[in-house]
Amino acid sequence: MISFSVNRQGVNLDVDPSTPLLWVLRDNLGLTGTKYGCGMAQCGACTVHLNGEAVRSCVAPVSRAAGKEVTTIEGLSPDMSHPLQRAWIAEDVPQCGYCQSGQLMSAAVLLRENPRPSDDDIDQAMTGNICRCGTYPRIRKAIHRAAGLMSTGGAK
Amino acid sequence: MSTLQMERREFLRFSVAVSGGLLIGLYLPGADRLAVAEDRSGSVFMPNAFLRIGTDERVTVIVNHSEMGQGVYTALPMLLAEELDADWNKVAYESAPVDPKYNHPVFGMQITGGSSSVWSAFEQYRNAGAAARAMLIAAAAQRWNADPATLRAESGVVLDGTNRKLSYGQLAEAAAKMTPPAKVTLKDAKAFKLIGTPVKRLDTPEKINGKAVFGIDVKNPGMLTAVVARAPVFGGKVKSFDDSQARSMPGVRKIAAVPSGVAVVADSFWQAKVARDAVRIDWDEGEMHAFSTSQMMQQFREQAKSPAKSVRRDGDPDAALAQAAKKIEAVYEVPYLSHLMMEPLNCAVDLRADSCEIWTGTQFQTVDRAAAAKAAGLPNEKVQIHTTFLGGGFGRRATPQSDFVVEAVHVAKAAGVPVKVVWTREDDMQGGWYRPAFLHAIVGSVDASGNPVSWRSRLVGQSIMSGTMFESMMKGKEYDPASVEGVDDLPYEIPNLAVESHQAEVGVPVQWWRSVGHSHTGFATECFIDELAALAHRDPYQFRRALLTKHPRHLAVLDLAAQKAGWGKPLPKGRARGIAVHFAFESYNAQVAEVSVTDGKVRVHRIVSAVDCGHYVNPGIIAAQLEGGAIFAASAALFQELTFENGRLQQTNFHTFPVMRMNECPEIETHIVESNEKSGGIGEPGVPCTAPAIANAIFAATGKRVRKLPIRMTEAV
Ligand code: FES
Ligand code: FES
Repeated sequence: MISFSVNRQGVNLDVDPSTPLLWVLRDNLGLTGTKYGCGMAQCGACTVHLNGEAVRSCVAPVSRAAGKEVTTIEGLSPDMSHPLQRAWIAEDVPQCGYCQSGQLMSAAVLLRENPRPSDDDIDQAMTGNICRCGTYPRIRKAIHRAAGLMSTGGAK
Repeated sequence: MSTLQMERREFLRFSVAVSGGLLIGLYLPGADRLAVAEDRSGSVFMPNAFLRIGTDERVTVIVNHSEMGQGVYTALPMLLAEELDADWNKVAYESAPVDPKYNHPVFGMQITGGSSSVWSAFEQYRNAGAAARAMLIAAAAQRWNADPATLRAESGVVLDGTNRKLSYGQLAEAAAKMTPPAKVTLKDAKAFKLIGTPVKRLDTPEKINGKAVFGIDVKNPGMLTAVVARAPVFGGKVKSFDDSQARSMPGVRKIAAVPSGVAVVADSFWQAKVARDAVRIDWDEGEMHAFSTSQMMQQFREQAKSPAKSVRRDGDPDAALAQAAKKIEAVYEVPYLSHLMMEPLNCAVDLRADSCEIWTGTQFQTVDRAAAAKAAGLPNEKVQIHTTFLGGGFGRRATPQSDFVVEAVHVAKAAGVPVKVVWTREDDMQGGWYRPAFLHAIVGSVDASGNPVSWRSRLVGQSIMSGTMFESMMKGKEYDPASVEGVDDLPYEIPNLAVESHQAEVGVPVQWWRSVGHSHTGFATECFIDELAALAHRDPYQFRRALLTKHPRHLAVLDLAAQKAGWGKPLPKGRARGIAVHFAFESYNAQVAEVSVTDGKVRVHRIVSAVDCGHYVNPGIIAAQLEGGAIFAASAALFQELTFENGRLQQTNFHTFPVMRMNECPEIETHIVESNEKSGGIGEPGVPCTAPAIANAIFAATGKRVRKLPIRMTEAV
């Protein structure tokens, strides 16, 4: 049995502890917002927060989550109110959308650590997240916009 | 006004690759009768296949094209809502089931491809909206006992002269009883409120909260997950396999041979994948066991030395070349490329004795359904496909053989329960149906005053149509039009011009990849025209201008891109600009790239892209497609190549087939020409110019010509 919390709900699971967290989230818990893109920490589609840190859930065995707090895209905000979600809508960021959960989860850690990121900071934080549709210019704009929303009290 | 007739003819000329769809009627006999989109919202007014209005005011637009990032779930509802005078905030989308009602009006089947969704729907969806609007007005007229001509509609309500109102929701039930109008009048473009404006995408909310369902997310009751071991070499077959270890692994329910390999069915993906990797398979590798791309390219180079099938011949290029004052020869080479959609292939199937339901992200519903029906041994009408969101398509999800759908039906048959087949990234990359490798050998000349006199392009590469249901598109041609599109209509005024095509026969499965033939013809032709400009000692922008005097739309985008990029203006030291212009999928694009090269490393700093796609619907989506198209093309130009040794693909995942990342991404500026011409495509036209614009900028920066993709400065000449 492995116990941890996902989006503030406790879960107890009887799974092989070496199973990547990604597949436990998707197949055992039905949280399919977290995506599979490469399975080898190359693309960032599977990014979730483990005790607040961005991790690639495709290479993190579920045993690593034991006793910890996992946040997935479904838990980023209860009502789409996260400044990044609002900025994503304003900048019309997603195309196919498949990479966007991972992009948002990486960007959320960036903004928490660095509320006014520079372009270089964005490069650093976001370079691990591939977008095949090429939404990078809009992601960059949206992160700046979200930072602006936060500084003007837009953050909850 | 109907432009359909014209569109059909022009489409045939320009985009033969997918226009093969016109033949599908022969391939798929019989009419099928499946329900229109089922109603899940209690809607009461369903005037036609494209629209439902509920008493809750919701307007649901049923979209007959697949949403793969290009924005059809927004653009097509905009067309309908415009003529309906709907309240945009009440508009929702839904994917269409497979039904001839939802066929592409020009291609005659359900398909998303050829950058054609918006232009093909331009009147279809507006007509649907206008008809519904007339019925709503008629219902209000009846209620008020008024003359319909005295009523008007606005933002989801019908009003009379005294501003009395009835909402579409209030009128829905009564409107359902009205007779659909025999004829509708569409708005004059000047009256458009939605069309032409940067309306926000309707699908963004569900794509940023984890709710959007892609094929890989589908979960049905009792469904298991399968991973398939496929041959390491194209054409390989299973000789025998040993699953003794895999069989006893946790979660494994079934291991079975299927036509494409060995399927491992388990409770979850990870269990299936781990067990799949533990199955030991002895393969009969077939004819491709020794295949090597470096040998193949060597053969292409040899082949290019001899004359090939003539595609176009103006004047006497051979004589002109023989007498040329100055001539130049160049050989351009491009590799096989993977579409590499962010979401790897997958397909869920629930196969029953007398029916089959399929959930997948496909661009090719009609063809997939027929192929699935055949594999299942069922009539077409017993098979239904639920189209999910596509995590990218780029052409891979429109496979004439329906490989990933047919395989999933076979796996479901073997499993005896509902299954979802999921491909790993490695499976997806090795799964074939690539953009074919191509070689263009070009020789051209200029006269003593620098005017081009002759040009001969000789292409070597595989046909994407040969061996498919589209083969008959090639009848009487002896070449594949999709191989030469973009060079057979070279717009430059050159008196002596020859285009020749060698069709290579190679056992690697190939097909359309975002922008199809233009993905390589744009590169070769726009690099070579630059080489001719250098030979003539002319500015590459002005050189092109002088040769495009009969092509005002080419000229306009070229000028716009050059002007916005500051062509000719000084740049920081080490940076230089390159330019390219190309026509594809009924749209004109020009790009200027700004690059620097440091220690052999190319950095693209900025791309300015100008497009004329005719009458446009959503400029926000157009900008996004131009941005994405340039990044997609720059990834290929800078990094991507599939190579084979001993029949085996050498690339497996993003580390060996890289995609441009945030820190490498240039600034991208997009500009749209205002136009009243008929709408053109936008998903693909933004791709072809990027590689040549970058290559030409590298020449401007370093004096070295890039003739081979991906760009390696060590190979530049
Ligand atoms: S799926 Fe985890 S990084 Fe790509
Ligand atoms: S939006 Fe399609 S991969 Fe990023």
